[in-house]
Amino acid sequence: MSTTSSPAALAGGPASTGGVLRLVGAAIALALLIAAPLAIYPVFLMKVLCFALFACAFNLLLGYVGLLSFGHAMFFGGAAYICAHAVKNWGLTPELGILAGVAFAALLGLVAGLLAIRRLGIYFAMVTLALAQMFFFFCLQARFTGGEDGLQGVPRRAVFGLIDITKDLNLYYVVLAIFVIGFAIIYRTIHSPFGQVLKAIRENEPRAISLGYRVNQYKLLAFVLSAALAGLAGATKAIVFQLASLTDVAWQMSGEVILMTLVGGMGTVLGPVVGAGIIVTMQNYLAGFGEWVLVIQGVIFVVVVSLFRRGLVGEVIALFSRQKPGAPAGH
Amino acid sequence: MFELLGIAPQALFGQLLLGLINGAFYAILSLGLAVIFGLLNVINFTHGAQYMMGAFGAWMLLNYVGIPFWGALVLSPIIVAIIGMVIERTLLRRLYHLDHLYGLLLTFGLGLIIEGLFRRQYGSSGLPYNNPLPGGTNLGFMFLPNYRAFVVVFSLAICIGTWFVIERTKLGSYLRAATERPDLVQAFGIDVPRMITLTYGFGVGLAALAGVLAAPAYQVSPTMGSNLIIVVFAVVVIGGMGSIMGAIVTGFGLGLVEGLTKVFYPEASSTVIFVIMAIVLLVKPAGLFGTVK
Repeated sequence: MSTTSSPAALAGGPASTGGVLRLVGAAIALALLIAAPLAIYPVFLMKVLCFALFACAFNLLLGYVGLLSFGHAMFFGGAAYICAHAVKNWGLTPELGILAGVAFAALLGLVAGLLAIRRLGIYFAMVTLALAQMFFFFCLQARFTGGEDGLQGVPRRAVFGLIDITKDLNLYYVVLAIFVIGFAIIYRTIHSPFGQVLKAIRENEPRAISLGYRVNQYKLLAFVLSAALAGLAGATKAIVFQLASLTDVAWQMSGEVILMTLVGGMGTVLGPVVGAGIIVTMQNYLAGFGEWVLVIQGVIFVVVVSLFRRGLVGEVIALFSRQKPGAPAGH
Repeated sequence: MFELLGIAPQALFGQLLLGLINGAFYAILSLGLAVIFGLLNVINFTHGAQYMMGAFGAWMLLNYVGIPFWGALVLSPIIVAIIGMVIERTLLRRLYHLDHLYGLLLTFGLGLIIEGLFRRQYGSSGLPYNNPLPGGTNLGFMFLPNYRAFVVVFSLAICIGTWFVIERTKLGSYLRAATERPDLVQAFGIDVPRMITLTYGFGVGLAALAGVLAAPAYQVSPTMGSNLIIVVFAVVVIGGMGSIMGAIVTGFGLGLVEGLTKVFYPEASSTVIFVIMAIVLLVKPAGLFGTVK
């Protein structure tokens, strides 16, 4: 991958060593992920990967364009419903079902984005929240979603007609491949000239406008991309758990993905992955405590916002860039 | 005329009255949001939870202390407002110099904590609260329950009173001045930080007041706030937060529209306000009464 547009290169830093280090780090991480099911229950890992991708897609919008969407559950859950419906009732293979889910999420993202980017800041958050709630009521009433029951027992057909995913381990590697593809798209987007313009909009929108960028088109494209990738995560989740339900489109889901991104560190590449890992692990351990989960999530929100706003990965990056004065905070 | 449409006047006016009550809650809640946002630049996501606390406050005062509805109507908003002011002093205050989004996220987290605690203690199903004004009047074309009439009149009085205080009194002029230029107002010797705390308490108190009013009309339940507040956000987007009167008119108006939808096309009643929001965003993005800042 090219490093010409990375912040290190722009700042005139040692781009080649940084690039090599990054490549080695990515290789080690990938090796760990491939070996992970030897030590950890695959279904849990798949859940983490799905939510990590969801959080990364969300972070593309919050961390790099500065837009806080409070309605990302509609893309995640909407794609889950479409994928589950396509596989269960139309008899599609999983990969086509996921594609259908992603296409739907992108389309929904286009419509919601066109409405939401007309307002800025907190209004953007309220508009996306309201649109997602509208979609929630639609799913509650629509015939094909199965109402309160959701769509259950989505069959795990062979992927491409070849890979048998009834075994959790096989499915894990399919999910890992999907995650890597989604993550690579996000990474490329952030480090492309397009991503630089997004960051410019985040930092100073009037200046980006005065430089001649059609800011709204950039925002809309980022919104659609983020929605489509959130849909990829949701559709994959529907295949893994063989289930699409109202939980996936409820506002609490939108809140959870914000929490994951915040805990890990918004505006960092790895933050959302770390955050998703922490929150999913926590939910797994606290599943028996019922309503305490809500309370603890709220406490984490308050603590992170009050005390360490950079998130875990953000704090680590800040620590390293303090030790090396003049070095740019890597993204 | 009603027979032509196939709707009994009883059902029509009944739903309109319910719509008016909902509209009253929308108006009071969006009023509180607007007042808080004006001075603090924070969208108070805890608003729904504070509305729910108001209702639970009334329920607790009745069941644990024996204070009836009319006492709770005064006490519960004051208690909730004090809790709100403590939150403002200890947590919210640290975030004013940062991006508005952090205030939003903090209040969202607080809302989760409050709702979670109440759900743990009282479960998700509703608790009943007895109607303090049983009975009603037969108006010929409909039966008017006393309590519902009271809610509409009382809410309207609260809204107009708030408008009067903010737009027509000296205290309100301080508030409006501090919204525009807090630094200048501070330079004139007015304690702006204390004013911010009191304003937050006032907005929160309004939310709790709506909660107390809602307790006999609906059930008291931990989830009553989060369901309502998302609709109120849509109301705020439709009306814009620039004008107090705008918030009141939008709130009552949208309640009526929702009531009418329940009569003529019930399937859309839960989404009609969101649809209106989408249309308003297309036609007049700043909101009906809003100005682009």
